[in-house]
Amino acid sequence: MTKTRCTDQVILDLWHPLAALAEVRAGVVVDTVLLEERLSLAIDGKGSAAVWRDRADLAEGSLVDVAAVDGKLPVKLAYGYIWTSLGNPPADLFPIPEFDEPDRRKLNAATVGVNVSAPRAIENFLDMGHFPYVHTDILGAEPHTEVKEYDVEISVDRDEILATRCRFFQPMASTTSTEGADVDYIYRVPHPYCSVLYKSSPVDESRLDVIAVFLQPVDQEHVRAHMMLCILDEENEDKVIKRFQQTIFGQDKPILENQFPKRLPLDPRAETPIRADKSAIAYRRWLSQKGVTYGVIPAAT
Amino acid sequence: MLDTAKTRWHPVAATYDLPFRHVFHAQLLGREFAVWRADDGYVNVWENRCLHRGVRLSIGINDGRELKCQYHGWRYSNRTAGCTYIPAHPADAPARTITNRTFAAVERYGLIWSAEEPQGEVPELPGLAEGELLTLRGIPVNAPADVVAARLEGYRFQPNGRTDGSDAKVSVEASNEFSVALRAVDGEASTLAVFFVQPVDSNRSVIRGVLDGKVEGAVRLAVLHHHNDLLSKLRDIAEHEAQAQPVPAPLEPVIDRVSPELAEMPEETKHGRKATIRVEVARKWQAADGIAGFELRPIKGLLPTFQPGAHIDVHLPNGLIRQYSITNGPGESDSYIIGVKLERDSKGGSTCLHETVRQGDVLAISEPRNNFPLRRDAMKTIFVAGGIGITPLLAMAQALSNQSLNFELHYFAQNEAQLAFPEKTACLGTSLKPHLGLSPEQTGARLREILSGYRSDAHLYLCGPGPMLEAARHVAAEAGWPETAVHFEYFKNTNVIDDSSSFEVALARSCVTLKVPAGRTILDVMREAGIDMPSSCEQGACGTCLATVIEGEPDHQDVYLNDAERKSGTKIMTCVSRAKSARLVLDL
Repeated sequence: MTKTRCTDQVILDLWHPLAALAEVRAGVVVDTVLLEERLSLAIDGKGSAAVWRDRADLAEGSLVDVAAVDGKLPVKLAYGYIWTSLGNPPADLFPIPEFDEPDRRKLNAATVGVNVSAPRAIENFLDMGHFPYVHTDILGAEPHTEVKEYDVEISVDRDEILATRCRFFQPMASTTSTEGADVDYIYRVPHPYCSVLYKSSPVDESRLDVIAVFLQPVDQEHVRAHMMLCILDEENEDKVIKRFQQTIFGQDKPILENQFPKRLPLDPRAETPIRADKSAIAYRRWLSQKGVTYGVIPAAT
Repeated sequence: MLDTAKTRWHPVAATYDLPFRHVFHAQLLGREFAVWRADDGYVNVWENRCLHRGVRLSIGINDGRELKCQYHGWRYSNRTAGCTYIPAHPADAPARTITNRTFAAVERYGLIWSAEEPQGEVPELPGLAEGELLTLRGIPVNAPADVVAARLEGYRFQPNGRTDGSDAKVSVEASNEFSVALRAVDGEASTLAVFFVQPVDSNRSVIRGVLDGKVEGAVRLAVLHHHNDLLSKLRDIAEHEAQAQPVPAPLEPVIDRVSPELAEMPEETKHGRKATIRVEVARKWQAADGIAGFELRPIKGLLPTFQPGAHIDVHLPNGLIRQYSITNGPGESDSYIIGVKLERDSKGGSTCLHETVRQGDVLAISEPRNNFPLRRDAMKTIFVAGGIGITPLLAMAQALSNQSLNFELHYFAQNEAQLAFPEKTACLGTSLKPHLGLSPEQTGARLREILSGYRSDAHLYLCGPGPMLEAARHVAAEAGWPETAVHFEYFKNTNVIDDSSSFEVALARSCVTLKVPAGRTILDVMREAGIDMPSSCEQGACGTCLATVIEGEPDHQDVYLNDAERKSGTKIMTCVSRAKSARLVLDL
């Protein structure tokens, strides 16, 4: 058996995203890297897919019959992506019930390589305090910098982190308003390297847009970030919607790549939390309790 | 060799790397630094990492006084590297102890020198005279410092003015593992070249050369070209040599852990009424009619970081203790400037400062405390100062001005000669609005004009004599200002304190119950029982000895809490307030 470079069994046993289905040509081999292992994947365009460890006889770009590939890794198609695991994955991936609502637009906004660990990227996704500074005049604007009190819980039965009652001032709260207003957010972390956020929909006050980040850990300090959108929008073209998310992510990327250390320190004394970081504190504790060691600097015991 | 390198001074940057308001990314022995010069000329060498989430400060913003992190806008003060503002919690003063790691910095020979644990002094070379030298471009080399230094011993060059020749005699005047001094002589011409090798990491170095003698124009250009060519060749050879050897492991700097208090959710730091800092009166002057200005400089080390609104206790030679607000603008961290008004009914505090304390005297002061914190998330901030009440508001106004935030500073005084610190207020431009010679009735009318039309996202800060503050709070309430938007600081508590009650105080966390008899304060009784409680004015004005009430009904006698806080019954000033109920339970 091939030696696995990642020895963190918690991470090995997870489902990990590899590519957006909409961006893979049917019957053609695509190469990628997961947890320092070189993998190949292919889909047949009819709902089947295969993932296997990179082999010389199935080079990237060559044609392949998905059904005929042997030595396959576990595979799952979910939320518009192809997922695999290098260990023994659970039967199901975490739920996103809104994905099944028929009137929603679902797309991969972008897949972007970032030179940072997956947990650092998750913390950035959970963080509201940086909106006025990093996403200036889009998701926030000085001097509206306050992170108001919100609630965080670790749901034991669902084994996920849930942050609710989150509000942050957004200068252009919707496409129709010219004034700023508080926007509501809910954050979920249902997987050590995946997070889902719910945000007031600008077109329907009673519903929430869903934006998720699924991180593919290339190694401990590099990820491919897959950004999934599941939103209410009948107006805009795909490219307009994608461009908006790509702008946001493009603003986060240089900040993430300038964090030191790149792996997330779980020692509570490594960095200085404030009340606004409640969800990040919960996330770090949750990772510690799970015994995650990959992509983090575990606290000395 | 690299073990002892930590205790030596090394160049980490050149003076030309620090242009106006730039932040330079430097590295020494594997450790990264953010190097920046404040507008007052001070060179800061800091750990290149925001304490909050580890983002490099070298991508931060140098506003001339403070360095602002790009990620969450945390601001760190010139000199001390103490955090002065956390925008996510605009109503809270950050714990003073959030301070980034700083390293020594000395500017010499056109280079910035630093060290992790410096011993001794920055190298001083008899042949090099400040101002009479030429600093060469730093040449980065992918090779260990000892390899580079060894190569530099064989460096052959022409003296200044003879760079077209080729037969200079070059001799090594001195050398060690991180520097080489060479002299080139060609006829009459002679040039001393000193090369310092900055060990960036185990396999990376920068050659920083300094030549004696000042050269200008075309000669200077020729000298720069000459050394650039020769050093580039030397680099190629050194890199070849390094490639032939096994690559050493990169150095791993040890990043200090933050203190255990900071690792948890921030709590207020506990300080008794201590005066741990000694300052010298560097300057005493008339800041206005009847107001003396004092510039207080530390006897040694740096003063602690302050935030706008903070005050210090000044322990006077006559044994009295008085509180004064720090008037400094952001980043003005080399001294504290306070203003003291001579009070007609002085009990000895202001008289002592005006008449007895002189330039050169040493005073004991407390660390700054901030019970009057400034929010910086308002769309508009209105400051209303009466007389000497200008002092905390002056610090606040300068902070907002520095961040280009919208504010007005209304300054009420009898006449122009009573407007204090004109040199500071002049920098505030048209945001400064003096109101002179108004009667109490006229003041009330003017306040109604200023405070009319409350809009959400506006905040009001008041400081001045008691009657004016009462009037302004009243006007604000009438004009629709919510209490949460009105912030005030009294100079003193003029209420007559009724200390005739006796009651019991239970301290929930300390698990003790104390009896407070008539004539004594909660604070006194707690102190006697060995419970450390910070305090400052001890008359119910400054807010330092605030405690949380869990049970019982407080008898408020202070002027610090606002009406809503009083009604809620959850806070108490332990220096003057008492209990209406037989028992109070405090969260202490």
